[in-house]
Amino acid sequence: MTQDLTSLTIVETLKGLKNKDFSAVELVGQHAKKVEQLRPLNAMITETLETAAQEAQESDKRIAAGQMRELEGIPIAMKDLYCTKGVKTTAASHILGDFVPTYESTVSQKLKDAGTITLGKANLDEFAMGGSNITSYYGPVENPWRSLTYPDKKLVPGGSSGGSAAAVAADMVMAATGTDTGGSTRQPASFCGIVGVKPTYGRCSRWGIVAFASSLDQAGIFAKNVEDSALVLKAMSGHDVKDTTSAPHEVPNFAALLKHDMCGVRVGVPKEYRMDGMPQDIVDVWEKGAKLLKDAGAVIVDITLPHTKYAVPTYYIIAPAEASSNLARYDGVRYGLRSEGKDLAETYELTRAEGFGAEVKRRIMIGTYCLSAGYYDAYYTKALKIRRLISEDFKSAFTQCDVILTPTAPSSAFAIGENTDDPIKMYLGDVFTIPASLAGLPGMSIPAALDDQGLPLGLQIIAPAWDEVSMFRVAKTLEECLNFTAKPTLVQTLAA
Amino acid sequence: MNQTIKMENFIMTIDAATVRKIAQLARIRVSEEDVNYYGPQLQNILAWVEQLSEVNTDGVEPLSNVADIPLLLRADEVMDGGIQQDILRNAPESVEGFFVVSKIVE
Repeated sequence: MTQDLTSLTIVETLKGLKNKDFSAVELVGQHAKKVEQLRPLNAMITETLETAAQEAQESDKRIAAGQMRELEGIPIAMKDLYCTKGVKTTAASHILGDFVPTYESTVSQKLKDAGTITLGKANLDEFAMGGSNITSYYGPVENPWRSLTYPDKKLVPGGSSGGSAAAVAADMVMAATGTDTGGSTRQPASFCGIVGVKPTYGRCSRWGIVAFASSLDQAGIFAKNVEDSALVLKAMSGHDVKDTTSAPHEVPNFAALLKHDMCGVRVGVPKEYRMDGMPQDIVDVWEKGAKLLKDAGAVIVDITLPHTKYAVPTYYIIAPAEASSNLARYDGVRYGLRSEGKDLAETYELTRAEGFGAEVKRRIMIGTYCLSAGYYDAYYTKALKIRRLISEDFKSAFTQCDVILTPTAPSSAFAIGENTDDPIKMYLGDVFTIPASLAGLPGMSIPAALDDQGLPLGLQIIAPAWDEVSMFRVAKTLEECLNFTAKPTLVQTLAA
Repeated sequence: MNQTIKMENFIMTIDAATVRKIAQLARIRVSEEDVNYYGPQLQNILAWVEQLSEVNTDGVEPLSNVADIPLLLRADEVMDGGIQQDILRNAPESVEGFFVVSKIVE
C-alpha cells in the first residue's frame, strides 16, 4: 500500500521530497484526488489541477537538480480573493462575472516563487463579508466535521475563508491562504480544528487582494500545525512597493525561532472576554490553556481591555464604510458583470443590484449612510476615535503581559442555515477576533479541544504589533501541551 | 432603551424614503420588496451601533494609521505601460481600445 501523503505536515513533506522518499508528482496527485473526491464540500470555486500536475513535474526536476525552494511542491489552496494571473478570480461574487486577472497578487506570487503548487481557488463569503461562508454566490461550503447529536446536519466551516479552512481540515491541501479583516482566518480555523494566522497589519502586501476594508484587510494562512503556518507565513511576508501599507520591516524566520522556554513569559487573560452565556466548554478550554501555559512556566496575568464590548459595533461602521468606497469600482464598465440599462446611471444601478448579494448590499448601504453628508462625524469619525481607544487598551495591556490568550470564537461550528436571519447575531460571532483586527495586531487560532458535540474549539493568541515570534512561541508550546490530534468525521470516514 | 436616541446628530428612523436615498447614493437599484427587507435591518444595525455614543471620546484623535507604518516616498516614475490589451481584456464591451458604455452626452 502506498503511503498516505495527505496526512503529512509540510515539514515532514519537505524532508521526504528532499530524500526522494516520494515525488512531488505523487504528492500533488494524492492531494488532487482528495480535491476531486471531496467536491461535495464545495471548498473550491475553481480547480487548477491540470496546471498543478505540470508544476509538480517542474518541482521534481528542481529537486533532482538540487534546486529545491523553501516550499517546493507543497500543495496549497488560494482563497479566491487573491488575483491570480490567467485564473478566474471571483471573490465569490456574481458581480465579478468571469473576471480573469492579467496580473498576480504579491502574496500568491511570493508563494509561487517559494515553490508552492496551487490546486484551486477556495470558496469564501462574498467579498469576504461573512462568518459562515453562506454568502458565497457559489454556494455554501460544508465543514468536514459533523456533530455527535446531529450527524446528518451539514455544518458551516466558518468564514469568510471557509473554503480554505475546509480544504486544509479535509487534507485536500497542506496549507491555504485566507484573508482576515475581522476574524476571517482565525474563526474558520477554530471551526475546522486547524491553525489559522493573521499577522500584523502591514506584514503582507495587500496588492492584488480584492479589497474589502483596506485599513483592516490582511493576508492570513491556514495550516495543520504551528510550525507549518510559521513556515508559510514567512514566505508570504515582506515589504512591497506596490502597497504603501506593507511595512519595510525585516521578516523574522518564524519557524526557526519556535523553540522557547516559557519561563517568565507573561500571558494576559482579559476579563472582558468572559461573556455572559458563553458555553461552558469554551470557558473550560480557555482555563485549561492558561493552566497548561502556567505549568510550562508562564505567568498568567489578569488584564483588562475596557472597550472590548464596543469593538464589534465600531467594526460595523468602519468596515462597511471602507467597503462602500472600495466596492464603488464595480460599475459594469471595465470588468465583470454588466446589466444594461437605458442610460449609464441605470446600468450602474442594475449591474450592482444584480451582481451583489444581500449581505454585501447591506454593508454597502450601512457604509454609504455612515459616510453621507451630516452623518460622517457622528458615525465614522466617532468609530475611528473608539478604534484608538481599543488600540490603546491593548498597548496598555501589553505593558503587563507579552501575549494575550482568549477563546477564538464564542461557539463551535453551527449548521448551515442557522444564524442567518439576524445580521447582528451573525456579526457577534467575531466578538473575540475583531478587537485585535481594529488594533492591527497579530493573532492566531490553534485547535485546543472538542466540545460536547465533538466539534473543535480554538484558542486565540494575540501579540503586540510586529511580534509574531512571541505569538508563535506561545502557540507552539500550547500545541505541544494540548496535543490535539482529532481528525474531522469526514477524514475518518475516508480513511476507513 | 431610549437613552441612546438622545444623542445629538443621530437620526434613528430609517424609513422607506431613507432606504431609497441610501440605495440611490450607493447606485443599487432597489425594489419595493427590497426596501421592506433592508429597511428594518438597517434600522436595527444603526440602532445597535448607537451604543457607541456611551463612550466619551472628547479629545481622542481618530485612528487611521493603525500599525504606525512609516509611509515611504518614492520617485513618481512610470513603472509599467503598454498594456492596453490587458486593461481591456475583461471589459464587458470594448471597441478600438475604448470601453464602451451607453451614450452619456445628448
